[in-house]
Amino acid sequence: MTELQAEQGAPALDVPHTEAKPRRNRDALIALAVFVVLALLPMVFSSKLLLDFVIRCAAYGLFATSLNLLVGYTGLTSFGHGMFFGLGAYGFGLMMQKTGVPIPVAFVATLAITFVVALVIGAICVRLKEIYFAFVTLAFQMLIHSTILSWVSLTGGDQGLRGGIPRPAFFGIDLSNHVHLYITSCALLVVGLLLMRQIAQSPFGYTLRMIRDNASRASFVGIDVWRAKLTIFVLAALFASTGGVIMALFVSGAYPEFAYWTISGEGIFINMLGGVTTFLGPMVGTVLLLILNDTVTRWTDYHGIVLGIVILFFAIGLRKGLMDFVVEWYARRRKGSGQ
Amino acid sequence: MDLDALTGCLASSACLVTQTTSGFIIGMLLFLVAVGLTLIFGVLKVVNFSHGAFYMFGAYFAMTAYQYTGSFALAMLCGAAGTALLGLIFERVFMSRVYGSDVLMQLLVCYAFVLIFDDVVRMIWGQEFKSMGMPAAFQVAPLFIAGGVVPPYYLLLIGVALVAAVILGLGLARTRIGKVIRAAAHNPGMVSALGINTGLIYGGVFALGGMLAGLAGALAAPVRSLTPGMGFSVLIESFIVTVIGGMGSILGALIGAILIGMIRSFGSLGFPLFTEGLMYLFMVIVLVSRPTGLFGKEVA
Repeated sequence: MTELQAEQGAPALDVPHTEAKPRRNRDALIALAVFVVLALLPMVFSSKLLLDFVIRCAAYGLFATSLNLLVGYTGLTSFGHGMFFGLGAYGFGLMMQKTGVPIPVAFVATLAITFVVALVIGAICVRLKEIYFAFVTLAFQMLIHSTILSWVSLTGGDQGLRGGIPRPAFFGIDLSNHVHLYITSCALLVVGLLLMRQIAQSPFGYTLRMIRDNASRASFVGIDVWRAKLTIFVLAALFASTGGVIMALFVSGAYPEFAYWTISGEGIFINMLGGVTTFLGPMVGTVLLLILNDTVTRWTDYHGIVLGIVILFFAIGLRKGLMDFVVEWYARRRKGSGQ
Repeated sequence: MDLDALTGCLASSACLVTQTTSGFIIGMLLFLVAVGLTLIFGVLKVVNFSHGAFYMFGAYFAMTAYQYTGSFALAMLCGAAGTALLGLIFERVFMSRVYGSDVLMQLLVCYAFVLIFDDVVRMIWGQEFKSMGMPAAFQVAPLFIAGGVVPPYYLLLIGVALVAAVILGLGLARTRIGKVIRAAAHNPGMVSALGINTGLIYGGVFALGGMLAGLAGALAAPVRSLTPGMGFSVLIESFIVTVIGGMGSILGALIGAILIGMIRSFGSLGFPLFTEGLMYLFMVIVLVSRPTGLFGKEVA
């Protein structure tokens, strides 16, 4: 395993670096192919429901995958990651409603705001360990939620940002057009995933795994653990915020629920469902949860019971996420047939 | 923000008494829930995310028992005993299967039961708000203390919670069972090697925690409205209490609960929309200055 080599070998940081190059090209090709397939989808299926589904997958998928950079790769269990999802939705929505700047400017400005907020909150949070980190992030999340609820003149309080978000066309892209919105969401998703994949496979990504596995060892070899944790906290926040922007564009508004802690809970849940040790686990979890939510709510009023039983199946039955289970099962099988 | 209301209240003894009492009853109910949470964490090292459901069940059990028997004492007993049994079953059948696996998996099992329990309550008692009503024995004229109005039931509630706190504190510190529980929290392997059934202790502690939460729910039933999902805000608040006090500390839970009760009570005057925000702000301040809470010890 490269992770172990990176920890034990002297030229630790070179190991993944030499491997990363061909992989980077391969990842980019896969990403391009996925984007082309997704972009062609509206020509084959004209169902609006399907496009909506993919847009929601893009919003939640970016959010969940970015959360996994913290949970799975760094061992930071954030219960408050949803605050950046909400921040993205509200930041972007407010910018569009109040200032009338072009969409790309509002997007970049939202990321800039997220960057500053994540830097401040992260600097405070990443000092704390395990359960205390989880709780202090939860507290910040609820602080932001309470602020949204109480700052009625700016945010509309519990009514949320209503009246629609203006979506003027830019570079020939008209986001009030459903197909344009769909393709833009897919592009953001694919680019976001590709960037996160690069982060995960970079020497920095391996540093994060080392911190997760043994933080004191990492600091002995000269890694500034606090700084590395803060860096990934801020990076993950930016991707979560992008998910929030997609959500705001999709529903043409922003609601306090986007910043409520349940969003973070769902993110954790998605990760556990899909698996945290494989990069695409959270994406699989997102698709699973959204399908589950959609079908079960249509089917019964008591969807909590059904969802709960499914969760129990994963937690007690598999004891890991679906992708983790499949990957392990596949590895075992291959090993078995090789002998 | 309405600082005039807050300063006005602080200057008037009547308002001061009323708000302090209301802060105390919020705090005492929170303490009963939070102390169970902190105990379960201290001994089993499990963050019981489904703890709010026990509070909810306590309230519903008490309401149902009161409707059938008309006895307030029986209602309290049913609330507490029913949730104790539920806690025992929940721990033995489900939680015990995920010990030793990922902490997130334990959290997930609890989360699953939050969803399931809420729907079960919805199925049995319906979606709408219910109320138990104040028992006849307490429908008497309120007491006036320094001009402030204090319903007698509030005093009972505060009294019961304080008695529970003392019994629990002394029981853990002095009795043999208390010592075994503390030993199991410290070193379960050693306790097990001495021939003590740790599974039984784990189940017992979970049942005790569930019972305390159920008692809180039962005590709250006459003064709060009952609805599926009512455990949730209580859960979050009792998390804040345990974290502020320090996970695993009973004294910390008591102090944290009273602090949060007061913040809620007085905060609702000065910052009506931001009362919850104040609690979280307080939690952030405590955690930043003392990462393991006011009375928490650094766990290696």
